[in-house]
Amino acid sequence: MSQDIYVVIEHLRGQIADISYVLCAAARQLAAASGGQVVGVLLGHNVQNLAQDVAVDRLLVMDDPRLADFIPDVYQQALAGLIGAQAPRVVLFGDTSIGAELAGGLSVQLGWPLVSYCRSVRTDDGRLMYISQLCGGKVMAEGEIPAPHALVAMVPGGFQAEQGKGTQPPPVETVAPAAPAGGRITLKQYIEPESGDVDISKEAILVSVGRGIQNADNIEMVRELAEAMGGVVSASRPVVDQGWLPTTRLVGKSGKRVKPRLYLALGISGAPEHAEAITDSQTIIAVNTDASAPIFDIARYGTTLDLFELVPVLTEKVRQAKH
Amino acid sequence: MHIVVPVKLVPDLVEELVIDPSGTALDPDTVRLQLNEFDGHAIEQAILLKERGGGHVTVLAPDLEGVDDVLYTAAAKGADRLIKLCDSFGQAVNNHAMARAVAEVIKPLQPDLVLTGVQSHSDLDGSMGPLLAGYLGLPYVGYVAGVTIGAGHATVRKEYPGGLAAELDVVLPAVLGIQAADQPPRYVAFSRIRQAMKTATIEEQTVAMLDTGGGPAVARMYKPEVAARATMLDGKPDEVADKLVALFREMGVL
Amino acid sequence: MMATVPQSSATFSKSFYASLHEISGGEKVRTCLQCGTCNGVCPFGYLMDYPPGKMIAALRAQRFERVTEADTVWMCVSCYACSQVCPVRIPLTAGLMTRAKEELLLAGNIPSELQIALENTQRYGNPLGESPRKRADWAKGVKPRVPIMSEERRPVDVLWFVGDYGSYHPRVQPVSRALANVFNALHVDFGILGAEEVSDGDSQRLAGERGLFEMLAAKNGRALSQYEFKEIVTGDPHAYNAFKNEYPRLGISYPVRHYTEFLAERLDALKPLLKHEVNARVTYHDPCYLGRANGVFEAPRQLLSAIPGVELVEMPHNRTTSLCCGGGGGGMWMDGFQWEKAHIRLSEWRVREAMKVGADILAVACPYEAPRFEDATKTVPGAGRLIVRDIAELLAEAMGD
Repeated sequence: MSQDIYVVIEHLRGQIADISYVLCAAARQLAAASGGQVVGVLLGHNVQNLAQDVAVDRLLVMDDPRLADFIPDVYQQALAGLIGAQAPRVVLFGDTSIGAELAGGLSVQLGWPLVSYCRSVRTDDGRLMYISQLCGGKVMAEGEIPAPHALVAMVPGGFQAEQGKGTQPPPVETVAPAAPAGGRITLKQYIEPESGDVDISKEAILVSVGRGIQNADNIEMVRELAEAMGGVVSASRPVVDQGWLPTTRLVGKSGKRVKPRLYLALGISGAPEHAEAITDSQTIIAVNTDASAPIFDIARYGTTLDLFELVPVLTEKVRQAKH
Repeated sequence: MHIVVPVKLVPDLVEELVIDPSGTALDPDTVRLQLNEFDGHAIEQAILLKERGGGHVTVLAPDLEGVDDVLYTAAAKGADRLIKLCDSFGQAVNNHAMARAVAEVIKPLQPDLVLTGVQSHSDLDGSMGPLLAGYLGLPYVGYVAGVTIGAGHATVRKEYPGGLAAELDVVLPAVLGIQAADQPPRYVAFSRIRQAMKTATIEEQTVAMLDTGGGPAVARMYKPEVAARATMLDGKPDEVADKLVALFREMGVL
Repeated sequence: MMATVPQSSATFSKSFYASLHEISGGEKVRTCLQCGTCNGVCPFGYLMDYPPGKMIAALRAQRFERVTEADTVWMCVSCYACSQVCPVRIPLTAGLMTRAKEELLLAGNIPSELQIALENTQRYGNPLGESPRKRADWAKGVKPRVPIMSEERRPVDVLWFVGDYGSYHPRVQPVSRALANVFNALHVDFGILGAEEVSDGDSQRLAGERGLFEMLAAKNGRALSQYEFKEIVTGDPHAYNAFKNEYPRLGISYPVRHYTEFLAERLDALKPLLKHEVNARVTYHDPCYLGRANGVFEAPRQLLSAIPGVELVEMPHNRTTSLCCGGGGGGMWMDGFQWEKAHIRLSEWRVREAMKVGADILAVACPYEAPRFEDATKTVPGAGRLIVRDIAELLAEAMGD
């Protein structure tokens, strides 16, 4: 039994997932109040040197061929043994297709309460508090992270990944995994993402164009901005209708519903058929010379500058900022 | 092939959400409920499996506002058996309590497969799927978009972020968290739903909902501040671009 | 080598054929001359695998199941152009095409956009998926207050059926407010159902959802039966059509008029209030459901002529030959589908006509039209200067609001 805050580090195909760093940042804040350490848990095979930059006080590595790929029940058994034995105060997971199943399964197996959709944490007089977002972010719920032990599944938004990165590799302890689970689930193969056009519904940054772009040639300017920002170009109906962008880029009632971190709407009026498909965006910023355009009713920030004047300047500044 | 689909009813986000006077929950009088979108996919996947390989589909739903419509619509799409879970489902009921109750109802049904939506937007204490699998002692795979049945096992396509997916084999009986059915939930003509209302029966089963442990207590529930209109950025292109870059940094996209 | 003749599904064709007979005038399908005029006048006939005449041919050949496999049936916008020209007066729109769409729905052959609109209607009582509780929000700020029947609890002269788009669509809500102002200026004793109103259901009916239509009609019927009023007035020709021609056989029978008919009757009281000039060449678009389907052509023109400064001009296609905006029969909800198939929009065709006659203003009288034509003015080259206004808006403008 300890006041340590555990972080189950997610990784896929040799890459630490961004959410893992977010968890580390949250864990740091919790550990400061609980008086324990931030302990990273890394399961996998040949992963000894994978987590060099996670900001944890120490890293427990369970390295075993049976853990080479994420198999839900195998990972769950391995974690159950470790967490049950160490009994930390809180275990943080990513609320993802890896973390969420582990957290749920462990909640039942260990009998520990689970808090989901946790966007941020804070501390209140030594008490550890969760801040979760429900109903697509329309409702927030806050409360104490149940004591003496709890599992928390986190979503991005409250902490930046940068806050969870460390300057030096953490000390590593090797842990032997528990006896393997019953093998009811087996991995047959991975299926690579389709190399073809992007799936805008999965993109985090969308730079979207509407009628205001006026013609196909101007889209190149927007493409450069999107590229500089690490996002992709999407569009409202009129642009796709004209054939200036493929239908895979269409955002709207007849196209795709998107949920990016940032939706930059350039020359888009915000008609209902378009607006309804972007309401899941975390932040919408709109550029439209028409101050009364309905897009400004749903955007968080806006400007009535002419996009032809703004975009090139913005692209340059974004490039500079990234260096 | 016996498939059971337990579904959840969740707040309809089209309606304005109102926090109750205690400030810890949604006001039950103004909230409108609807079928959890992913559970709709679970029902569709179950019907597709039945159409492909034969079988029997049972849909379970809690007795809340709108439940009859949900069950009759499922019947009109091809569900064979409809079970309504009755109890006073107050705010105290979380997914752990629901999963425990549903597990008790499912056990005697001895299904080959339990399909449920991978998540819902009101899952404060985790999603139904993994909890249900835990209480049933069955394997669980979530974020499933594609199911085929083999002899004694299911082959599922599990989705990861960034477009990557994996094909997994799961020994049956198992619980699957459905992200997307093989095709979007089908349309069913209203006349068919009306017909189902006349011909289908909804069985009622009382469930004991004693233990609500498993989730956090809510000290405060609130709606985040929404600006009525966009905060407008003024100035020359240079100045506005600077402001935007600062915002991008704040958001963590730069 | 002989091509194999596929098995025909005689039973399906026969039962469909029989079902047509249950529709008023449906038996006339027997007298189809296969003249092909319907196929020719249909705005999307050239795209359909089975425009009306060919559909009848397939029926006679007992190959009707092929029709249900073709998704181009959904290009039909229920504009009544075919019914208008049929020499033997087969009820092609209300009968044949609607029944065909019903079969397509039952067969699961439905564009996804239409599915969303129908499911929204079923759940929220309107195809836009807006909260039923907010149905009267458009009226906030109108002075004097727009009376809501459930609050007024008194008899009124006019029950104003506002309709889905008049209640929720941002381009059409101003039309509702304008009409409220006109009613108030004329001291019309009116009330609206507000949140008790649900979609009239007529376009859903014509898109093949008979069951949904009946459910909506029953709801509206129940709401209306609580109140006392002399007549229903609506700005929505689709609602007008429903109340006039479909609701009565469901036991819901009230006198109903389009607002243009209602106001034209009051022209003597209205004219003096139209103080401000609207100096413009105005052309009037006859809505399919007001004009061709229900024969109301003159009342809207009388109102427009009464506005000082208005020079009324006719487009080549007017009255019974009016060009559909493309919104009927589910078309309002299938913009993506229609575009994919046609790469033109019917609304653009109409806007070009308005420009050709040198119109400054394209006047409309149906809630589908203001948004559809306005969108078209943005994509038709040179149409940016064409203004689209509902007659109610022009009247309110002339009144000085």
